[in-house]
Amino acid sequence: MGDPPNSDTRRRRRSVTAIVAAVLVAVPLGACAGRDDDGVPTINFYNPPVENMQHVIDECNAAAGGRYEIVYRVLPRAADDQRVQMVRRLAAEDDSMDVLGLDVTWTQEFAGADWIREWTGADADQVRQGTLPGPLESATYEDKLYAAPNNTNVQLLWYRTDLVPEPPRTWDQMISQAQQLKAESKPYQVITMGAQYEGLVVLYNTLVAGANGTILSADGKTATMDAGAVKALELLKRFATAGVTSPSFTNAQEDPARLDFQSGNGAFQLNWPYVYPAMQEAAPDLAKNVRWARYPAVDPSTPSRVTIGGTNLAVSAYSRHPAESFEAARCLRNAEHQKYAAINDGVPPTIESVYAAPEMAEAYPMKDVILEELRDAAVRPLSPAYQNISTVMSATLSPPSAIDPARTAEDLKKLIQDALESKGVLP
Amino acid sequence: MTQLSEGKRQERRLGWLLCAPAAFVMVAVTAYPILYSVWLSLQRFDLKFPDEREFVGLDNYVTVLTNEYWWNAFGVTMLITVVTVAVELVLGMGLALIMHRTLVGRGLVRTAALIPYGIVTVVAAFSWRYAWTPDTGYLANLITPDGAPLTERAGSLAIIILAEIWKTTPFMALLLMAGLALVPEELLRAASMDGASAWQRFTKVMLPVMKPAILVALLFRTLDAVRVFDNIFVLTAGSNETSSVSMIAFNNLLRGLNLGIGSTMSVLIFLTVAIIAFVFVKLFGTAAPGASDDGRR
Repeated sequence: MGDPPNSDTRRRRRSVTAIVAAVLVAVPLGACAGRDDDGVPTINFYNPPVENMQHVIDECNAAAGGRYEIVYRVLPRAADDQRVQMVRRLAAEDDSMDVLGLDVTWTQEFAGADWIREWTGADADQVRQGTLPGPLESATYEDKLYAAPNNTNVQLLWYRTDLVPEPPRTWDQMISQAQQLKAESKPYQVITMGAQYEGLVVLYNTLVAGANGTILSADGKTATMDAGAVKALELLKRFATAGVTSPSFTNAQEDPARLDFQSGNGAFQLNWPYVYPAMQEAAPDLAKNVRWARYPAVDPSTPSRVTIGGTNLAVSAYSRHPAESFEAARCLRNAEHQKYAAINDGVPPTIESVYAAPEMAEAYPMKDVILEELRDAAVRPLSPAYQNISTVMSATLSPPSAIDPARTAEDLKKLIQDALESKGVLP
Repeated sequence: MTQLSEGKRQERRLGWLLCAPAAFVMVAVTAYPILYSVWLSLQRFDLKFPDEREFVGLDNYVTVLTNEYWWNAFGVTMLITVVTVAVELVLGMGLALIMHRTLVGRGLVRTAALIPYGIVTVVAAFSWRYAWTPDTGYLANLITPDGAPLTERAGSLAIIILAEIWKTTPFMALLLMAGLALVPEELLRAASMDGASAWQRFTKVMLPVMKPAILVALLFRTLDAVRVFDNIFVLTAGSNETSSVSMIAFNNLLRGLNLGIGSTMSVLIFLTVAIIAFVFVKLFGTAAPGASDDGRR
């Protein structure tokens, strides 16, 4: 030890410490104080980044006439980051979140955790009115409505008219048409998403629904993986091994698949509607020869049932202004605003009547096929454990060429059951 | 133990009293969360199914310890730990010798060497990620023009290890430099007089004197490396089987919302760290530099 520091220095040091401590305590407390206890309630709307969202919010604020004011809180761009932020804050009972923009697959999870409020009475009636059944089902948990479907999405079959005169109606037709094109040394590939991620689960779910199969029981508590689910595994394997896929099939997500088709390698593409405007811009010559059709069926006697995406609006259980939040959410997703979002942000509406609006025909030349598919849409397994179920499904289904239908079905059944019983481990 | 004198005992009592407040705070902020994690790990507690919460004994441990994802993450963690600590020891020793021996611009050399350690890990990890991204990254274009190393397992692990080494070698060097300061100059000169070569002076004189400092440096870095998280989180987010144990615990807690399984993993990580510390302290006799020869104060 050296000489003791003189008392002056010591005193100064102590007062500096005290100031620092005071600031450290005071700053977070001060942050808590910025509340809206007086005057107009603020409705914090947490939603993924959407380019023209603010316009819709401004209109709703004007319509509210001072009863509430919606403030747009933009979530991160990546879906996982959006979910983690909301989950972390809701688990801590954060009361500064009011309206939440949820991916369709998170709705049951948030409802199961009691983090979002059930829609009841007039609010619920208004949401049910005119909303397509598929999106509505995605917002339901244990027969109760937990969210208002804001937008939806569905994949279509895109095909080259210069190679394929008549679009295939079933997977079998599509595979044999592709094989014939291959034999004639023409572009033949069927391009779609087969990487180990959510896109592969969407593909498989569409095949299961098309084969009249189920992955979960109706109450969502038991894994079924019935005969239809096995049939879908057989088809997925046959598709992956028929020599008609792109070499990058097992690595392809949405955008690489789009680019692959744009470069002229494919005769068919199964992808979301956004690929069409993108193709018109990037490859106009090719786009002239591209048409769309309903997603091919698994079984010639049953029309295809295609998995939907999209977002739902929910009200946080910890919101301090639930009544205003429900009202705000209703305004954000009403028919007029869904039409605006469809035309300006390219997200298909969930309210059926919006498709009939004249402006829609120009923005969505393929709207009739979209609507036709949405009328008998398939939803992904409705369970709070969907995140875990999806993770084990994409891991087990990848690569699709290695599927052994009966055994893979058994494996999946066990893994999904574990996930439902909170025994599943995420990688 | 020999009888202590009255004065010594008084001094020891005062010592205990002086560190009591700090010890109390430590217990409050560390023991409580640890015990709470143990309690959570014995339950089925899944935020998605709040009504199904129940006591399940050691079931979660059986689930985790028979799971291949867990063992894969454990293997990845051990690989990263062993490789990074070994390489860092060698590089850190070199850096420490340079910093210790520099005659000109000593302050500048030391500051420059410590810069990587001063950069926030997440920021550094992002710059590594961009550097290794095809098309935009300079390292990707230079070294792997045809591939995307962060999309396959071996490449990802190599980059994670590289980022860890780059980041923490200065820390190792700093601890080793403290050890170098313990080596008396006379001893080295005497050895030199007796005809010892530079290598012999290093291995026969410096290393034995530095042993306590080396063991402390190894212990600190090993415990740190076992908990590796930020670099993996930014570089791969655990894809292609590159999760470490911390990453997989985070995934199960925050992505899976499964507090039971996630806490079980946290407890297992804690036990791993405790065992490593025990092995270092009891078997290798690691102690703080300056402690008495038998490793006790």
